[in-house]
Amino acid sequence: MATATAATEIGVVPSFTVTLFVRRFDPESGEEARWQDFDVQVHGTDRVLDALHKIKWEVDGSLTFRRSCAHGVCGSDAMRINGRNRLACKTLIKDLDITQPIYVEPIKGLTVEKDLVVDMNPFYQAYRDIKPFLIASDNPDKERLQSPEDRERFDDTTKCILCAACTTSCPVFWTDGQYFGPAAIVNAHRFIFDSRDEAADVRIDILNDKEGVWRCRTTFNCTEACPRGIQVTKAIAEVKQAILRGKP
Amino acid sequence: MSVVIETPRSPRSRKGANWEKYGWMYMRISGAILVALIFGHLFANLMVGEGIHAIDFAFVGGKWANPFWQVWDGLMLWLALIHGTNGMRTIVNDYVERQNVRKALVWALWVICGALIVLGTLVIFTFDPCPAGSDPSLLPSFCTK
Repeated sequence: MATATAATEIGVVPSFTVTLFVRRFDPESGEEARWQDFDVQVHGTDRVLDALHKIKWEVDGSLTFRRSCAHGVCGSDAMRINGRNRLACKTLIKDLDITQPIYVEPIKGLTVEKDLVVDMNPFYQAYRDIKPFLIASDNPDKERLQSPEDRERFDDTTKCILCAACTTSCPVFWTDGQYFGPAAIVNAHRFIFDSRDEAADVRIDILNDKEGVWRCRTTFNCTEACPRGIQVTKAIAEVKQAILRGKP
Repeated sequence: MSVVIETPRSPRSRKGANWEKYGWMYMRISGAILVALIFGHLFANLMVGEGIHAIDFAFVGGKWANPFWQVWDGLMLWLALIHGTNGMRTIVNDYVERQNVRKALVWALWVICGALIVLGTLVIFTFDPCPAGSDPSLLPSFCTK
């Protein structure tokens, strides 16, 4: 708020009116999806999620969207804001161009169920398919030790919160719903390069598929979309290299 | 409003050739070789000696009388056509949703690619600037010398 005018008292959060265009879809009405605009009075500290709350709580209770923790951890509220996939709870309104309306629509490539809610099942199915859990043959009576270097190898891909921002920003996924998508590959990467895991070859074989890593066109949309800053395209490239080598 | 996945995803069970992987590797390897071949081609044609002014029917005829340039141009033809066709196949696979249209387009691509490779290879390796028994008025001047 350092840029506020001199007349503004120190410590007072400025407020302003923004216009939100929200993509509405009601499956029960039988109508096509449409844009609906709302003028919302928001504070300089508000996020897009706060504006959506304000609409839902004060203007139109039928507005439907997902959110759980509302603080960038659960990954429920990924949506397309001004044409970019972001978490509504991590996008400050003041960081957007508030002289223009803010466009909020559901993430692309998954079936819209209502308003901003999409069917996440195909996304989760791809995640399940890469076996996102530790596979180790023995049953040790001690903990599985790992050096800091070995832990560092896959640190980046442990940050994924499964918000689907990357997968639904991928142009290949938009046109080919069978593609595993960046998020599934990121989570496979997390176990393929884990020194404690013993099933890297299984995951490598799963992703060495017609709809696997070779579908990636390295457009970097996923890396740009990731709200956790994961180097998604790099992780996919590392999985490609692992497949070529036949081992992590 | 539940979504139905038309063809359920199944892990690859069939062992053996995985064309997507080899296609991906081919694009990278042929791409690197093509950079050298194409810039070598441009250098030899445009910069050496008289440069672009030297290019005429006789220049091309002379090059294709030399096995080195026959192999060079042949490699360039094969690698570039397969590289380009595989790239087009990728785009078709990405953007054509109807299975039959997709298959037809991919087939058409490879048929055209194959035909161009056969014709191009024939030209490079059987090129005769002065075919015997032709009308002399149609032949370049150096044939009659």
